[in-house]
Amino acid sequence: MELPLLHLALVGTPNSGKTSLFNALTGSRQKVANYPGVTVERKEGFFVTPLGRQVSVVDLPGTYSLRGRSPDEEITRDFVLGKASGEILPDLVLCVADSTNLRLTIRLLLELKRTGRPMILVLNMFDIASRRGVSVDVNRLAKELGVPVVTSIAVRKGGTADLLALTDEISAKIPAEPSENTWRALSVAELRAAQREADRIIADCVSLPARPDTLTSRIDAVVLHPVGGLIVLAAILFVMFQAVFAWAQPLMELLQSGFDALGDFVHATLPAGLLQSFLQNGVISGVGSVIVFLPQIIIIFLFILLLEDFGYMARAAFLMDRIMGGAGLHGRAFIPLLSSFACAIPGIMATRVIDNKRDRLTTILIAPLMTCSARIPVYTLIISAFIPAKDIGGFINLQGLVMFGLYAAGITSALVVSFLIKFFMLRDYAPAPFMLELPDYKVPRLKSIAIGIYTRAKMFLQRAGTTIFSMMVLIWFLASFPQPPAGTTEPAIDFSLAAIIGKAIAPLLAPVGFNWQIAVALIPGMAAREVAVAALGTVYAIEGGKEAAEQIGQVLATKWSLATALSMLAWYIFAPQCASTLAVIRRETGSWTWMAVTFSYMLVLAYAASLLTYNVAVALGAG
Amino acid sequence: MRREMPLGLAQRGYTGVIQHLSAKDAGSALSDIELESRLIELGFVEGARVEVLHEGLVRRDPIAVRVDNITIAVRRREAMAIIVA
Repeated sequence: MELPLLHLALVGTPNSGKTSLFNALTGSRQKVANYPGVTVERKEGFFVTPLGRQVSVVDLPGTYSLRGRSPDEEITRDFVLGKASGEILPDLVLCVADSTNLRLTIRLLLELKRTGRPMILVLNMFDIASRRGVSVDVNRLAKELGVPVVTSIAVRKGGTADLLALTDEISAKIPAEPSENTWRALSVAELRAAQREADRIIADCVSLPARPDTLTSRIDAVVLHPVGGLIVLAAILFVMFQAVFAWAQPLMELLQSGFDALGDFVHATLPAGLLQSFLQNGVISGVGSVIVFLPQIIIIFLFILLLEDFGYMARAAFLMDRIMGGAGLHGRAFIPLLSSFACAIPGIMATRVIDNKRDRLTTILIAPLMTCSARIPVYTLIISAFIPAKDIGGFINLQGLVMFGLYAAGITSALVVSFLIKFFMLRDYAPAPFMLELPDYKVPRLKSIAIGIYTRAKMFLQRAGTTIFSMMVLIWFLASFPQPPAGTTEPAIDFSLAAIIGKAIAPLLAPVGFNWQIAVALIPGMAAREVAVAALGTVYAIEGGKEAAEQIGQVLATKWSLATALSMLAWYIFAPQCASTLAVIRRETGSWTWMAVTFSYMLVLAYAASLLTYNVAVALGAG
Repeated sequence: MRREMPLGLAQRGYTGVIQHLSAKDAGSALSDIELESRLIELGFVEGARVEVLHEGLVRRDPIAVRVDNITIAVRRREAMAIIVA
């Protein structure tokens, strides 16, 4: 008889290694979605036990208790209590503990026990604990807690074998009638009593060595030094942005020549006409010009995932707390803002870790000012077309430096906007507390980094295949129809819908130095910023006729003045953000007003910045 | 017997033992019950050994505190609720 799917839930404190256990159990068989009604990420994975039982496992957000003081923690509580809408009560709860640090998890487990769910305590990272001289009397711990206990080493092959065997054993004898749920929110006195009880059990079952993790303290002596730490942080960010620009280059050139070759092949194979133009100019050069940026997006996610896995992100929040506090931001806002460098959408979603509503709103409003990876294509294109690739002082690349400057401009404007929000809107403001665990450093694991990058790259390519592709088809259509009358000598595009629309908007954008081609490109850029590059490519490719295979950058260098190029860069620092970011802001703030506010203030800033840049550049002779 | 003081006033390098929690003295934006609950959840309970490991740049705030065998970052304002000796 086929047994029904077994439902597991992973619960644990933040930094307990829950996610690496999740990755070890499920590999790449993961499904990432949202819980209905909220934007908390729901990660579900699947695996088969040694005895052949099909298992679904959900990685719940980390929490220190079931009180549920943020949307994340409410999900964990409701899920375990079977109150989450549309979710099945888990058959078995895996309470995951960092073996080097049992105090907080054991207290959480004592609370979890009251829910009456069958449970296993998983002592994860047991190898690290053993190496540090922690020894655990597993049998006695299980007896004291009244819960089966198993050790695991999520990051080692076969490290979860005992857990899998125990899952089989327990799932075979789960009673049909579960125990009663006696959970209710703990009072302060009960919480304290629970921690005392946890400490007593640990004292009885675990022998802790006196020496702490010396490697972590040695690294922290440098990394958390009040001045040295900030220098390290700045250096990390600087290397990150140089890498995005320099390391990705060879791969990007490879991809570019691949797409060029494909375009040439289509051009040579198909007869001249609409189909040829559609495939070459619309599909290949359009979608290709976006996919080319995959290496850069992978590199920026690589850095963010590495820093997160290493345990550095919490340190960065510590270093930046008071500095960001000066601009009215909470230290916890640092992580969402840093994620916004990859994409504002996960960044805005990550603001859920900020429990104070005002702090969270401020962070959401400025997150789109962080230079997201979708702007990289625009920056890269313009920088490589207009900024010479010379070295300054022998080791700093001028192009990389301009890129760094653009990022810095984004950050500075975010801080200024945040300061203004605090000053004008949220005056009666008591700073929310900053309390954060600084986990011991861990060597990042290749597998979890690889899975993380794989899911992000897949998302990017899916976007390229759907949103960006459909935008490109639209742009190609607008730029190709209506067809020019026979016998005309002017470029075909001058007769198209795109030219009509572009020329209608162009007067509004003339003061900032944008021509009608840019005006056309900015519209689909609202669907996804990187489309602007592809749209420019299509518009100029169709206009250029025979030299269509030419690189966009070279075309731009001949068609735009330096002042226009700089103005475009300034525009994109603020760039009224993409439709999906606006949708996420609407959903996360639950308000159309805040969405409209974000859109308008960024549009105003973009226009003002471009106006200033263009006019200063023209005055300096770059027009 | 050492004199009792709030952890919020401790210098880097200070080591001591938590005597009791006194949320009403902290002037935190959180309610007393909420602050006390959160401190306990992070392991700040009576009898725990604490050591101030690091201080931030601006007004030596926040502080990184070793509580038994984990490290917690907390602002001095909230640390005023933790009475140590």
